[in-house]
Amino acid sequence: MATLTLLQAVNDALRTKMRQDDSVLVFGEDVGPKGGVFLATEGLTAEFGAKRCFDTPLSEDGIIGTAIGMAANGLRPVCEIQFQDFIFPAFDQIVSEAAKLRYRSGGQYTAPMVIRTPYGGGIRGGLYHSQSGEAYFAHTAGLKVVIPSTPYDAKGLLIAAIEDPDPVLFMEPKALYRSVKGEVPEGHYTVDLSTTRTVREGKDVTVFCYGAMVPVCEKAAAAAAEQGVETHVVDLRTLLPLDEEAVLDAARRTGRVVVVHEAPRFCGFGAEISALIAEHAIEYMEAPVRRVTGFDTPFPNTLEHHYMPDERRVLDAIEATASF
Amino acid sequence: MTEMMSLITEDGSAPAYSGGLSDEALLRCYRTMLLVRAFDDICMKLQRSGRIGFSVPNKGVEGTQVGAASALRSTDLFFPSYRDFGMALYHGVRPAAMMNNMFGNAGDSAKGRQMPVHFSFVDPIKYFSISSPIGTHLPQAVGAAYASTLRGEDTVTLVSFGDGGTSSLGFHSGLNFAGVWKSPVIFLCQNNGWAISCPSEGQTASDGYAIKAKAYGMPGITVDGNDVLAVNQAVAEAAERARRGEGPTLIEAHTYRMGGHSTSDDPTKYVPKEELEAWAAKDPVLRLRRHLDSRGLWSEDLEARLVKECSEEVTAAVREAEAQPAPALETVFSDVYESVPDHLRRQGEQAFDLARRKGDAAAGDGAFPL
Ligand SMILES: Cc1ncc(C[n+]2csc(CCOP(=O)(O)OP(=O)(O)O)c2C)c(N)n1
Ligand SMILES: [Mg+2]
Repeated sequence: MATLTLLQAVNDALRTKMRQDDSVLVFGEDVGPKGGVFLATEGLTAEFGAKRCFDTPLSEDGIIGTAIGMAANGLRPVCEIQFQDFIFPAFDQIVSEAAKLRYRSGGQYTAPMVIRTPYGGGIRGGLYHSQSGEAYFAHTAGLKVVIPSTPYDAKGLLIAAIEDPDPVLFMEPKALYRSVKGEVPEGHYTVDLSTTRTVREGKDVTVFCYGAMVPVCEKAAAAAAEQGVETHVVDLRTLLPLDEEAVLDAARRTGRVVVVHEAPRFCGFGAEISALIAEHAIEYMEAPVRRVTGFDTPFPNTLEHHYMPDERRVLDAIEATASF
Repeated sequence: MTEMMSLITEDGSAPAYSGGLSDEALLRCYRTMLLVRAFDDICMKLQRSGRIGFSVPNKGVEGTQVGAASALRSTDLFFPSYRDFGMALYHGVRPAAMMNNMFGNAGDSAKGRQMPVHFSFVDPIKYFSISSPIGTHLPQAVGAAYASTLRGEDTVTLVSFGDGGTSSLGFHSGLNFAGVWKSPVIFLCQNNGWAISCPSEGQTASDGYAIKAKAYGMPGITVDGNDVLAVNQAVAEAAERARRGEGPTLIEAHTYRMGGHSTSDDPTKYVPKEELEAWAAKDPVLRLRRHLDSRGLWSEDLEARLVKECSEEVTAAVREAEAQPAPALETVFSDVYESVPDHLRRQGEQAFDLARRKGDAAAGDGAFPL
């Protein structure tokens, strides 16, 4: 098995599917000869030609709108939005169109497509190269929202997303692109959408996280272990549809829950987890659910390290929850 | 392409120039272009040595920036792009003020919240806060111009964007509204050949960009963007039309990005070498120098003096910026709204408490002052 970065695993997934299925194609801004601004699509035009991996004009609305038409007419487009921050001109195409096409046509028309986009902070990208907008999309019926945190999952989930019959927003934690490495099998395999991953077993406190917050939570869990607190860490991987049973099982296991995300707190995904537990597992809870999140402000630049949840903030929350 | 207006000839003369730049103003244009080059150059070096995080090369496009800025009054409104250093510098924004943004420090007018090159100034000119999402500022400029008109002012609004920007939703809605409203707006499309790695041919199938004006009911003009006089004259004429109440103009300035898209980009992967060489011969600084020389306004001594002054000015700007601390922690929480709501106050207090415990509360953080 090869050891790949998360970025290489994304590239590998695209290559694997493009080799296997001629209807899979990749397009977006700068994804062709340049290979994408992060190089996720490097080499694809060379291998598959400019009809299957190509650059588009600077229009997210155009990219996603055309992808919907392609998907509805037999192709499997995997389009890239250069930064998740720039997806909003296409909000209408995603929310009103891709997500609702199956429903509004009585299942006659569908949009099996993937929108890949790097998200999140940690690169000194300021307001518009750092955001975590998953909550906007997790609020959208008809869409699937997937966020990997390891190279193995990135490849397996991306292949599953491409094969999925519905539109999938695949958000890639750019802070992890080159900083995490892991073993990735060659060729085709999938990781089921709508399943969580247990990162670490523990009996005292359950931590839910995803994307770039997973390694942060792992470090915090290791530090908590040194103080005798055993943390159960769960990587949600697919936010929509969420594996609710897995979330509830993990919450009931310890009766103490911390939810961590980079996105702002208010109406963030942590609120959904918290509400789910309040509705279905309140009788098991020994402590209030705590959230460790970005602040309810735009994403800053110079002071981004204060904004982003770090090991210390997560550890504080684990300790407070454990000792409640 | 609609016929391209070009005024500075091979020998440096410009017999057809009818614009109003005095000798003094021409020298100011030239000095500003050298200052842009010095500022640009030092930013590239600062980025390479890790002292700042990011910059965008301005080399090659200074003629368009300065030609346009010099045709407008300092009371006019600017909705610039991130690659418009010369517009700010021409109108007297201090290099140190811009350098504070490059460093994202406490002296930055936007409080270190934005990435480098995302300037925002209200003084000495209204230089609208730059956003990263491409094309969003076109309709905003049209709205600002509506406000000026409603108050009976004869202000002109200039909005600057790239060839890539013409594919954005904002390009269509901005030009469409301006056409219908007869807005006093100048749409300056800087066609610098590339939108990151996408060549102009990949952006539009139309014969240039100026021709798009026709569909929105306004004049479209193509101008040699490396010719300061041509840009100045085209913008001055558009400004006069706008002030007379005759509506907007789309100006396509034909220029060239002589560096990468940004410090994160490697243009050698996609820019043909011959293309770069061909454009180097049309360097806007050389073109204006030749013109000044033809008018007896340029000498080796002058050149040496200006280059030295500009270099000293940007070095001093770096020194000033580096002496500034990081922004205070409260800047993360202020200006979200005019006053800080309770939930943000609580989040701010927690952040400050944590920073103090971790020992990374910086100078200036003080007690949380919200
Ligand atoms: C809506 C949006 N999509 C994508 C980007 C990423 N991006 C930043 S600059 C750029 C190219 C812009 O090209 P152009 O408009 O020609 O301006 P230039 O950089 O050449 O001055 C792209 C794609 C963005 N900033 N905003
Ligand atoms: Mg361009």
